[in-house]
Amino acid sequence: MSQSLYEKIGGEAAVNAAVDLFYRKVLADDRISGFFSDVDMDKQAAKQKAFLTMVMGGPNNYTGEDMRKGHAHLVERGLNDSHFDAVMEHLGATLQELGVPDDLIGEAAAIAESTRNDVLGK
Amino acid sequence: MSKVVYQGRSYERLDDESVLRCLLRNEIRVPYSCESGACQACTMQAIKGTPPPGSQDDLKETQKSLGYFKACVCRPDEDLEVALLDDAHNHKYQMEVVERSFLNDEILRLRLKCSESFEYRAGQFINIFKGDLIRSYSLASVPDVDEMLELHIKRVPGGVVSNWLCDDVQTGDRLTITGPMGECFYHETNGDGLLAVGTGSGLAPLWGIVRDALGRGYDRPIIVCHGAMKPENLYYVDELRQLVETHENVSYFPCLSDVAEGDLPAGMSLGFPNDIAFAQQPSLAKWQVFLCGNPEMVNNTKRKAFLVGASLKNIHADPFVMASPS
Repeated sequence: MSQSLYEKIGGEAAVNAAVDLFYRKVLADDRISGFFSDVDMDKQAAKQKAFLTMVMGGPNNYTGEDMRKGHAHLVERGLNDSHFDAVMEHLGATLQELGVPDDLIGEAAAIAESTRNDVLGK
Repeated sequence: MSKVVYQGRSYERLDDESVLRCLLRNEIRVPYSCESGACQACTMQAIKGTPPPGSQDDLKETQKSLGYFKACVCRPDEDLEVALLDDAHNHKYQMEVVERSFLNDEILRLRLKCSESFEYRAGQFINIFKGDLIRSYSLASVPDVDEMLELHIKRVPGGVVSNWLCDDVQTGDRLTITGPMGECFYHETNGDGLLAVGTGSGLAPLWGIVRDALGRGYDRPIIVCHGAMKPENLYYVDELRQLVETHENVSYFPCLSDVAEGDLPAGMSLGFPNDIAFAQQPSLAKWQVFLCGNPEMVNNTKRKAFLVGASLKNIHADPFVMASPS
């Protein structure tokens, strides 16, 4: 049986390694850091982990509806495609930094991209 | 199948059911979200029994040592008595005030004795009850080192509980408390150093944490930055300097934000304690960071500590949020 994307990337250990790297990039980016200024950082990191688990093909129970509800308040504050693109950039850079091969980064990016309309409430 | 005990009632787990699913099936409302062990929304605490290792993956070391686990990925072989984090601390203790003395014009030190055994970690906090009012105070004492519990009470202008404690409560009186709570305490680690930053009575938990770490043989650098506006707002300056003299890995920076440069007392730093801390230690990768006191300082410093390399799991923040005026 062929390995799943999640297994190929390295499973939970890889996700754990990615969380701090990814979140640090997001917070340091003035284009999007404003959306994270009032949040509890520990809760946010846990959400980032759930997100990274999902895009790396790992176990998750998120639905499009969850994504819509979870981001509706940010959409009201002006969350748009440019912000989503910035997050996609950081996702790619994080996986690259961890040495994930390009084809697997492409697969992860495709999963992340599939949430775009729900996240942006389109 | 093993049982899950919650609030005195016992629930049989079905097949390979998680603790979360078992409780939900029995109509106990446990918050949850991802159900894959990632989001930590369903974190609970084991009161009796040991959560299986996988159910604690990725929690902070401090949380693991308190028996926290993720209910959605917890399938224990043995029976487990569990509590939601919100209701794990309902037991009320009676504490006798055995000593009271002012550390400066606005901060009172209370030393308390508990009539029953009271287990805590240095740096945790307790809730004090005055009728319906509840206020949280951090413990400055270290278990096994200090015989009594120690609190530093800052007098808040107009504050009902702090003024009551400062003016009315006398030696011999009894206080009703619950706790201990909080995850801001030292845990053994191979990190590169320990940074403690506090303002005002935020020194209380740090005073406990630093002495606890030293007592457990911590030999990496420890930096303590305590901030106040003016010299007379600081306290425990001599005690901390004493600690520096007896432990070569400890450095201490009393920081003043509201004095003219010419008036700065010898051995003190001008500025906010978080700024002084980052000047001393620009990178915090592999450091443990403890932040207590003014919520704005705590939250800004937490963010900055993370951005300069500290792992979120190693940042322990305890913002002292003031109660809204009643």
